[in-house]
Amino acid sequence: MAEKLRFRDPDLAKVIVQKIRKVTPKDEHVKFCHVCGTHEWTITHYGLRSLLPENVEVIAGPGCPVCIVPAAEIDEAVQLAQKGVVITCFGDVLRVPGSNMSLLEAKAEGADVRVVYGVSDAVEMAKREPDKEFVFSAVGFETTAPSTAVEALVGPPENFSFLVSHRLIPPAMELLLGVGDLNISGFLAPGHVSAIIGMKPYELFPRVYRMPTVVAGFEPIDVLMGVYMLLKQCAEATARLENEYSRVVKWEGNPKALEAMERAFAVTGGNWRGIGRLPDSALKLRDELLAYDAREKYGVNVEQGKDILLGCECHLVIIGKIKPNECPMFMKACTPAKPIGACMVSSEGTCRVWAKTAAAQKVN
Amino acid sequence: MCLAIPALVTRLEGGKAQVDFGEGVLRDVNVSLVDAKVGDYVLVHAGYAIQTVDKEDALETLALWKEILAAEKDPGS
Ligand code: SF4
Repeated sequence: MAEKLRFRDPDLAKVIVQKIRKVTPKDEHVKFCHVCGTHEWTITHYGLRSLLPENVEVIAGPGCPVCIVPAAEIDEAVQLAQKGVVITCFGDVLRVPGSNMSLLEAKAEGADVRVVYGVSDAVEMAKREPDKEFVFSAVGFETTAPSTAVEALVGPPENFSFLVSHRLIPPAMELLLGVGDLNISGFLAPGHVSAIIGMKPYELFPRVYRMPTVVAGFEPIDVLMGVYMLLKQCAEATARLENEYSRVVKWEGNPKALEAMERAFAVTGGNWRGIGRLPDSALKLRDELLAYDAREKYGVNVEQGKDILLGCECHLVIIGKIKPNECPMFMKACTPAKPIGACMVSSEGTCRVWAKTAAAQKVN
Repeated sequence: MCLAIPALVTRLEGGKAQVDFGEGVLRDVNVSLVDAKVGDYVLVHAGYAIQTVDKEDALETLALWKEILAAEKDPGS
């Protein structure tokens, strides 16, 4: 797409950076938080932090849906795999550490674990192999949950069920505001989650918390523009909800997707790796669809897992309290080839993003 | 994981569509969550089109940015 190139236009970027410098308060440190692995990728890959004034910081919150899946839910998948159920999952889920082992390690020991591009591929596999039992590890935020909902509502074959680990982003953003010394001055809200949920769920941030909130896309210009819009609100001492990504994000989101989610899921409390239990932050299949709930079907239920390994600082990275290079294991004991924590496993994990691109450039 | 990529709808059939990610990468995706026509851009995530990309809005956004940025250059500066 020709437009795409223009969203990376370096001249436009320069102009925005000048604007940013002009509106940035002189004597104050401003810290914006995004909650999306793709934002972190854009920021790190294009070296956007080095373009910002020194007193403007952009930190990464819990934006990686794979990293925040608690070990207990990986353990459930591992248990099923060891029982002979075929586990289908996104590639990123494969190496996420469980309490004792990852799905990849279970696979190495002979379990049938298969990577799929999406839930439909998993359903197709189950149809082709009716003599085997299939479970799909349904990980992801609101971007991914609608696809699980659609497949559950259509009615997958009898030998197919879901291990639902979907989580919701707004409750995690609310949590960050309660983290004492984080001192966030604004949110860069995630574009692709917002493509589904729309703008409304963010209304409370400016209204209740006086927190400037801008939904932004993923091209470098989108992110810079998002930061500029946030800084302008700060300069005006106001808090509004704004949409930088209107080419994709509508006020009402995607009503069809929201309806499918509403019909398939009930909202419930859920554990987040490194964070703990957040009320109303997870999805579970509604009672009518319990036949497709792998936990019900096979009676697996791991209450407690070992989320954080000794020495791993993932719990601090996930809430933006420290940067990956502040973890003593970063690029020493913990590397993309031999990850220790979940943040180094997923391609959208903050540690992994930094490992891949941060080395080559100046980062804050 | 939440990565979603814009693709051009090249063929529609029921709830399925063939989309073109550019450079000849074609894929069948589920389009039951969007109202897409052949020739539209959709945002594809994990085998599902999750939203249509508003082409006019995209161009408008670019134009608007340029305008905002240009307009703000002068007064008072
Ligand atoms: S570098 Fe590795 S060990 Fe340290 S916080 Fe990140 S994932 Fe955990």
